[in-house]
Amino acid sequence: MPDPALALSIQGLSKSFDRPVIRDLHLQVRAGEFYALLGPNGAGKTTILRMVAGLLQPETGSISVFGTDTRKDPIAAKSIIAWVSDEPMVYDRLTPYEYLEFVAGLWRIEARQAQTRATELIEWLGLGPHAHERCGGFSKGMLQKVALAGALVHEPRLIILDEPLTGLDAGSARQVKQVLLDKVRQGVTVIMTTHILEVAERMAERIGVINHGRLIAEGTLGELRTRVGRETTLEEIFLDLVAQKEMDAGHGVDAAA
Amino acid sequence: MSFPPATMPWFAAHEARLMWRDGIAMLTGGYPARRVALLAFVVIVAVLMHLLANAIVSPWLDRGLVPDKPTLVLITGSGFLFWTVMLSQALESVTRAYYSRSDLELILSSPASSRAVFAVRTGITAATTLLLACLLASPVVDILVVHQGPRWLMAYLVLAALAAFSTALAVLITVGLFGIAGPRRTRLVAQIIAAIVGAGFVIGIQAIAILHFGNMSSRLALFSDPQFVAAMPELDHWLWLPAKAALGDWRALTVVVLAGALALVTTIAFAASSFGRNAIAAAGVGHRRAAARHRSVNFRPRSQKQQLRIKEWRLLARDPWLLSQTLMQIFYLVPPALYLWISYGQSAGTYVVVIPVLVMATGQLSGGLSWLAISGEDAHDLVVTAPVPPAAVLQAKIEAVAAVVLVVLAPIIALMMLASVELAAKTAVFAALSSGSATAIQLWFRVPMRRAMFRRRQVASRVSTIAEALSSIFWAGAAVLVAGDQFWIAPLPGTLALVTLAVAYWLSPKGRRD
Repeated sequence: MPDPALALSIQGLSKSFDRPVIRDLHLQVRAGEFYALLGPNGAGKTTILRMVAGLLQPETGSISVFGTDTRKDPIAAKSIIAWVSDEPMVYDRLTPYEYLEFVAGLWRIEARQAQTRATELIEWLGLGPHAHERCGGFSKGMLQKVALAGALVHEPRLIILDEPLTGLDAGSARQVKQVLLDKVRQGVTVIMTTHILEVAERMAERIGVINHGRLIAEGTLGELRTRVGRETTLEEIFLDLVAQKEMDAGHGVDAAA
Repeated sequence: MSFPPATMPWFAAHEARLMWRDGIAMLTGGYPARRVALLAFVVIVAVLMHLLANAIVSPWLDRGLVPDKPTLVLITGSGFLFWTVMLSQALESVTRAYYSRSDLELILSSPASSRAVFAVRTGITAATTLLLACLLASPVVDILVVHQGPRWLMAYLVLAALAAFSTALAVLITVGLFGIAGPRRTRLVAQIIAAIVGAGFVIGIQAIAILHFGNMSSRLALFSDPQFVAAMPELDHWLWLPAKAALGDWRALTVVVLAGALALVTTIAFAASSFGRNAIAAAGVGHRRAAARHRSVNFRPRSQKQQLRIKEWRLLARDPWLLSQTLMQIFYLVPPALYLWISYGQSAGTYVVVIPVLVMATGQLSGGLSWLAISGEDAHDLVVTAPVPPAAVLQAKIEAVAAVVLVVLAPIIALMMLASVELAAKTAVFAALSSGSATAIQLWFRVPMRRAMFRRRQVASRVSTIAEALSSIFWAGAAVLVAGDQFWIAPLPGTLALVTLAVAYWLSPKGRRD
């Protein structure tokens, strides 16, 4: 029975393309939590998040978001989720305002309310001077901000971000991080993949490490330190865990958490 | 064989390899096993085209073929029609050489010579223009070779010279536009010129035929008109050199081929120096920001489907490549519209000639727009993750396309109704069938791609491209038979259209899943 106190509950999830990518994954994220998903390239992080967002169908297992099974009631699940990918999903030939009006319409947000939120978000993200320009000539950072505004305009309860800081300059990255922390303070759940371990270390309440489609470790930074047995940085912990997993795999030992 | 890096032969080998792989991928859809099926299909189409060419050319040959003035006028006139299509294609290819940013930024940022890149890409434009011309003209030329001997093989050399001329002119037009209109408007103006050149001359000839002869059954009627032939220059004029060359005159052939090669080489030498500068200026266009005309913020209450429709219309209206892709199709509706305008009130029977053009053009227009709306979704993830049932998204997109097609077609149907409500109704029904079929095919074969990939949409599936064209043709055939009250034979093309749809569905990813 899905637990509505959990923002995300994944049970026995598997997915294959040419080869198994996700294998019997179990993962739970609490409501209002900032959760970082780490893993080497090709570990399966993006595949997991795309399945949660409804962009991929799992082969086995179940996903529930705030108690709603994403396969049984995808519309209800989608209405409370926002998905932000590393490639901003923005139309070149719409202005930020037109884009936000479109997104708000898709999420059935009342027009007046959507307009107020869009105006606030545009100002908050520093897009005001460009709000009536088409997105075609925007920098990667500006496009990512427009995409983020689109993700926030319908006030989701769960925000899923795949490498949202890739290619952003320091100022834009800081602004995006601040927006996400503010949202978590307001009770929104954020799940994010990142290769910038410092970001995960500073922002995430709990961290999950994925390798070869399996969750090999999970916990707070302190718990992960305890697991590797020394007081060190997340980078060292991550490299230790992944190297240990590779060694175990080489000896045929399944050390999945 | 390997060439020294960054030299012209090295670039040419690089481009040739990319083109070859691209072409094979486009034709086989990424499945090498399909090559045999593809070869069989090409052979069947080639045989059919040659049979058709034989049926067209044989009566003409029976009357005798001598290089007299009427023959030269006819060959030159039809050759010019053909050349305008080559010029249109070359102009579009050359514009893309400047505006395509796929690997140009990499090459221009390298120490390699931009002149060498330009020379190679212009040469490839000429080669691809020639290839297309050969594909279209080869059935006729081959039949002439069979009937009249190998001297007609020289026609292929004439085609090569025409490809060189068209590419040279296309380069000059593009460079001129960069100077006059600037990098921001050159692409748009070049597209309009390409569309007008490609369709405009054909339409002009048809318009003259309609106004002068009262029918649009033959585009070549003007070239056979004694008055027109008499007004043309005498036999020793340079204008007839390509026609004489095609008819086997060695001296004329030498002049034509040399002139073509000289024009291309001179143009490349002239324009190569500005290529890097213009390409960089063109690349900068994307970084400029177009401001919206209306700066007010006024979100209107709309349903999800309305939002999707409005978004599609906005994107269609602002699409920079859509113009050239659809303008030609819309231009082809001009002759029937003109024909309706000058002859409305006459016997309804004469409208039979208009109907297939309308039905085919509607199918093609719907196919292009449907691809843009259904497959060309830049924010695919956004739409999929939105709480909107997928069926509702597709329905809204189809409605958006249908509305655009309706806006284009409605005035012509309305004009038709003034003369014959019955024929207008029949045309509307078959145009709807053609449009619906093209849309359905795009729906079954949908593959999410960037809208910028519009021109390369055939890469996703050549089956869908062929099925779309065949269904339009068969519905046009059925329409003309129904309009001519030949009800006993009309079910045949109608059935063929339905069979085409069934086969397309069966071959489509959706059909295979179901």
